[in-house]
Amino acid sequence: MKFGILVSEGPYTHQASDTAYQFCAAALAKGHSVQRVFFYHDGVYNATRLTEPPQDDRHIVNRWSALAAEHGVDLVVCVAAALRRGIKDEVLAPGFRISGLGQLVDSGIKTDRLVTFGD
Amino acid sequence: MKKFMFVNRKAPYGTIHALESLEVVLIAATFDQDVSLVFLDDGVYELAKGQDTQGIGIKNHSKTYRALDGYDVEKLYVERESLEARGLNEGDLIVDVEVLSSAEMAALMTEQDVVLSF
Repeated sequence: MKFGILVSEGPYTHQASDTAYQFCAAALAKGHSVQRVFFYHDGVYNATRLTEPPQDDRHIVNRWSALAAEHGVDLVVCVAAALRRGIKDEVLAPGFRISGLGQLVDSGIKTDRLVTFGD
Repeated sequence: MKKFMFVNRKAPYGTIHALESLEVVLIAATFDQDVSLVFLDDGVYELAKGQDTQGIGIKNHSKTYRALDGYDVEKLYVERESLEARGLNEGDLIVDVEVLSSAEMAALMTEQDVVLSF
């Protein structure tokens, strides 16, 4: 099955980013595909390379970058939501790109399931 | 063409959910899909008449709902139970909507391809 993912919460504050990542990893391990992860609302904070969690904690941002590098998952950050929150090209971690909300709608059109993680 | 439903559950101000939902709706409308909007829980306040945000220094985005017509977004549904629980009725809303019971709303949701809740 082809999945599209929407993450609408910031990392560390909320479980959504972790669960979304684990869902993607599990789906890929089972042979499904993840077309795109779209970051909206405070979810855009998942994309900043300035993130530095304590060493004994998981690195949510780097985990997403690795997913993109290993499986070619398209990590898209909503431009309007990002600019509002100070997320710009110059702070993006590897594998992320900034684009429009059309990419979310496109995901809904082209995937079998669009799954939301967030309140 | 797929059926996209946008479910609005939060008050218009206090969080950014209502505004950022509206932004996706306007984009989705340009993709030539079957778009509908649902308002339930505190989301019914998004359509309440007489919104005045001067005191909180935030832009009043309620006028945009009246512009949806121009984007060919004409399917607006409001849950009856949510209206009643808040002492509101159809006359208190800024746009024409179809009021549905929660059971009717649930049936409508099962017909959708994509449901996004904000």
